[in-house]
Amino acid sequence: MYVYDQHDQKIIDERVAQFRDQTTRFLAGEITDGEFLPLRLQNGLYLQRLAPMLRIAVPYGLMNSSQLRKLADISRTYDKGYVHISTRQNVQLNWPLLEEVPDILAELSTVQMHAIQTSGNCIRNTTTDQFAGVASDELEDPRPYCEIIRQWSTLHPEFAFLPRKFKIAVCGSTQDRAAIHYHDIGIELVADDDGEIGLKILVGGGLGRTPAIGSVICEWLDKKHLLTYLEAVLRVYNQHGRRDNKYKARIKILVRAMGIDAFREAVEQQWTALKDGPSTLTEEEIIRARSFFRDPSYLALDSTLAMFDLEQDCTRDPIFANWITRNTQDHRLPGYRIVTLSLKATGFAPGDITAEQLELLAELSDLYSFGEIRSTHQQNMVLGDVQVSALYALWQRLQVAGLATPNIGYLTDIICCPGGDYCSLANAKSLPIAEAIQTRFDDLDYVYDLGPLELNISGCMNACGHHHVGQIGILGVDKKGQEFYQICLGGNQAKDASIGKILGPSFKQKDVPEVIDRILSTYVTLREEDESFLDTYRRVGIHPFKERAYAQAY
Amino acid sequence: MRRLIKHGNIIDDTWQPLDPDCSVPEHGQICSLEQWQDLADKEGSAVQLEPGQEPTPLFDALEKIDLLVINFPVFTDGRGFSYARDAREHGYQGELRASGHFIRDQLTYLQRCGFDAFQMADDSDLNAALTSLRDFTEHYQAAIDQPLPLFRRRS
Ligand code: HEM
Ligand code: SF4
Repeated sequence: MYVYDQHDQKIIDERVAQFRDQTTRFLAGEITDGEFLPLRLQNGLYLQRLAPMLRIAVPYGLMNSSQLRKLADISRTYDKGYVHISTRQNVQLNWPLLEEVPDILAELSTVQMHAIQTSGNCIRNTTTDQFAGVASDELEDPRPYCEIIRQWSTLHPEFAFLPRKFKIAVCGSTQDRAAIHYHDIGIELVADDDGEIGLKILVGGGLGRTPAIGSVICEWLDKKHLLTYLEAVLRVYNQHGRRDNKYKARIKILVRAMGIDAFREAVEQQWTALKDGPSTLTEEEIIRARSFFRDPSYLALDSTLAMFDLEQDCTRDPIFANWITRNTQDHRLPGYRIVTLSLKATGFAPGDITAEQLELLAELSDLYSFGEIRSTHQQNMVLGDVQVSALYALWQRLQVAGLATPNIGYLTDIICCPGGDYCSLANAKSLPIAEAIQTRFDDLDYVYDLGPLELNISGCMNACGHHHVGQIGILGVDKKGQEFYQICLGGNQAKDASIGKILGPSFKQKDVPEVIDRILSTYVTLREEDESFLDTYRRVGIHPFKERAYAQAY
Repeated sequence: MRRLIKHGNIIDDTWQPLDPDCSVPEHGQICSLEQWQDLADKEGSAVQLEPGQEPTPLFDALEKIDLLVINFPVFTDGRGFSYARDAREHGYQGELRASGHFIRDQLTYLQRCGFDAFQMADDSDLNAALTSLRDFTEHYQAAIDQPLPLFRRRS
């Protein structure tokens, strides 16, 4: 993973000092609330319903074991002993004290972490595939490009006061696990006709109030132009994005208003001035960035032997066998597997992880996965490089710690925002809905029979829980001061992206699990052979689901 | 006389402020974009841009302009950062002044985008503001103050 040198460290340290000074001046009444707002946001600090919330950046979701230990430490010293993994692969503290935030940032900088630009109207943390570098369907590792973008966007002087926040995601594999269609800029590594790998650039995707799928602005761009091209897009957006209405301020609205062709033209015009300038990437820089993501010291393993042992363990222990099927994936190398740790055990807020679990993960990553851990935008954690022969020992440790819930990619692996329990913008609570659904569908065989299914919950239109792109999406709405829930179906964040369609009038909280049950049994009745929920929905449309859901009172 | 920060020093403003109602500004007075466009002789002129007024119309006469003011009616509207860079990248060499309601915590970013003078709506503590100009001594990305990105300078 990327390692700071003295330059990186200096930048982060200077930022900590700057924010310490800003906080001191704010507490002394020398900065107004309004002025402090963007300053603290650009350091990840929200003031929420119950306490401030601090969002710590995890660049493209990659952490090492000492960072995990530090997070555990911080959560004990400054918070309540747990943290939350966000849908943008970041880590959130829910209860820090404003006065102590500079100290937290100083602690973070000792392990090369920070909270820079994790909120505010600036370029946010760049996200990517949680299986980057180990996925079997990868064309090229996207992380060197994420790191190049991270450096370019960090404290970018021109783009710190954009019309609205700006999110970039990069993917380098056949399957899109980074949701690049739903980002302000989505970048895909693609080969041209001669097999040379370049960048396909999408622009204007996003969730929030007006969900939109990104449009292609450039089919293939030489990698060396990455930064100048981004700069041109951002400059057009910074100058022309709407600033009169914050709900119309995202780049998706500008792209839609101008039309993708006119937008492209405006970008190309800006780009002519920047292209081939000093920000053009050098060959050495690309090589340097790549050097941080070289293969760890993998062993040449005899996969037949390893698989034989694994099968024996599986035969002996069907619970282990099931976990292997549900929570592990092929690695690109023989003898290794990718392990996803579920943070979706029933009774715990989706994405929450305790200090003890963080420390355990740190230890297990040192033992079994070269000391690296990844966070996922589905709010889980990943050990990317586990030897097949170590899986049984790993699983036993995870079982004890409550991190082996075998539900990755299934109904109960719910993506959920903090909602009304924490967030002051919420229309409704979201965590109790997640729990009610997990409790109702506690029959794992039924859940597996439903196949892979994404159920996403947001507590309001801001869509932090990605409800538009869940195959089943649940949105908290406010009806005359009461909490209601709207349901949408058919969303999808993969390459054949689609936005969910609203089923009909919203439901009371207590009815939601029953409605979900009816939707699922409609699917089970209508599916052909092993057709997925999404395929069935796409074939039969929304009506059968609607009819059943609203059939009679509950 | 209003004071401002220029090239890291606190100085008095020698320019006459903008008067949107006058038809022909005097020499030494700051013009609005419209007034400036009507000037017969642009040599040694001063012009002020507001958000929504890109510097593009100035590009043909940049060498005649002595002072370019970019106004920030609210500090959260960041268009001026791009205007400044655009003007500098097109070769503007004169004084580039930020005016209005920006805050001292934005000074390093403004400076990096090519501003060399800062006239703050609240000029009660310009000395304190000066310290904010020194918040950062290292940067990742190329900008006007440091045209080479860190990756071309790392050692
Ligand atoms: C509790 C404090 C939070 C507040 C006040 C908050 C606020 C917001 C707002 C206002 C938006 C809409 C912005 C727009 O569309 O322009 C938004 C979007 C978003 N938030 Fe949050 N959020 C919070 C927590 C979270 C958490 C915990 C997560 C992750 C689980 C998250 C992830 C996201 C994502 C992924 C979007 C996506 C929509 C998009 O950018 O297209 N947020 N948030
Ligand atoms: S979706 Fe709404 S309720 Fe949920 S975290 Fe985002 S802003 Fe808060």
